[in-house]
Amino acid sequence: MNPTAPTPPSVQSVECTECAASIALQRVPLCGEIVRCRDCQAELEVTSVSPLRVELAPEVEEDWGE
Amino acid sequence: MRIALLHSRIRVEERLLLDELASLGIDHELIDVRELVFDIHDASRWTSFDAVIDRCIGQTQALAGVRVFERFGVRTVNPASVIEACGDKLTTSLLMARHEIPTPRTCIALDEASALAAVERIGYPAVLKPTTGSWGRLLARVNDRDAAEAVIEHKGTLGSVQHSVFYVQEYVPKPDRDLRVFVVGEEAICGIVRHSAHWITNTARGGVASVLEITPEIRDRCARAARAVAGPGGALLAIDLLEAPGRGLLVSEINHTMEFRNSIAPTGVNIPRRMIEWVVATAPGSAARGAAQSTVATSTPSTLAPPPSSPRSRAALVEELKLGHWAAFDAHSRTEVA
Repeated sequence: MNPTAPTPPSVQSVECTECAASIALQRVPLCGEIVRCRDCQAELEVTSVSPLRVELAPEVEEDWGE
Repeated sequence: MRIALLHSRIRVEERLLLDELASLGIDHELIDVRELVFDIHDASRWTSFDAVIDRCIGQTQALAGVRVFERFGVRTVNPASVIEACGDKLTTSLLMARHEIPTPRTCIALDEASALAAVERIGYPAVLKPTTGSWGRLLARVNDRDAAEAVIEHKGTLGSVQHSVFYVQEYVPKPDRDLRVFVVGEEAICGIVRHSAHWITNTARGGVASVLEITPEIRDRCARAARAVAGPGGALLAIDLLEAPGRGLLVSEINHTMEFRNSIAPTGVNIPRRMIEWVVATAPGSAARGAAQSTVATSTPSTLAPPPSSPRSRAALVEELKLGHWAAFDAHSRTEVA
């Protein structure tokens, strides 16, 4: 990430369930969407959009892939 | 035209596909496979879809969902036969061998003792891979008998039942890179070179991507591989190729729900757009197939049009986007891949 690049305005923010940092979302999220906390790098899954909630995303399972 | 996107997680790739569906004015619906309940006696909820695009991250869920949609008569991209062919490395290798498509030498064993014999038959160094999964997970390069015995014992003792299928492959002494080619239908639309000092070059494992020139050899190899796993007309695939000294390009793996977020910038190709265009062009519909027959088969670059104001029919989209060359393939008349 380029620290000097302008950051787009966020439309919503949510608290990271791992480190409590504020995660700014640049567009309206979808249920099931994956967001990453820039502070602790945790992968979080949006589990509700109204109200906005995230949970730690599930660990990779054996049959996951491309 | 109505398309469903079957998903579990929504990654950047799914977002990009949704953006393309929206920009083309295609009526679409997100279906979370984790919330899905099928009444197998009642297809009415689902038959309004012209196509279902599978983007599930878990192969077991994807395969089950896609099978139901297919039985309901809904076209799926990719179809179950392609998921089965690509999601299991053993099946992929068998198809490559059957169609005489160059691929790394591979042996299969179903017991720990015979696994060691398989490794010895391949010779050192050899690579042991799980038959399912991707992103370079749980690959093991064994350089000698001691290492082979240790890995095989660990897999047999600690691994799930799937690890009792020992998939052993020759180690190809490639340069510090491998090639990934994105295939839409049978056409190699673009590709990347993945560089890494580590022998596992996946970008998911830190490999760095740069653009790949699509040569006639790459184009031919990928078209043949696409036909081998999907039949005439191909599918939406990412094909991994290894440059084997003195042997040319070997098909290493084929991915059926490809990740492409890191490949759009280096290639300059709008991969999700090309994917959606192909789904539109190859969806069942006699009007569009008729239009396709009068269209010259040439490659059409993606042109980003402003978002339309209302959903449009498949025939209108095919006409507007000049997709007739792809619509010549009828997805429902494919020969079965056995």
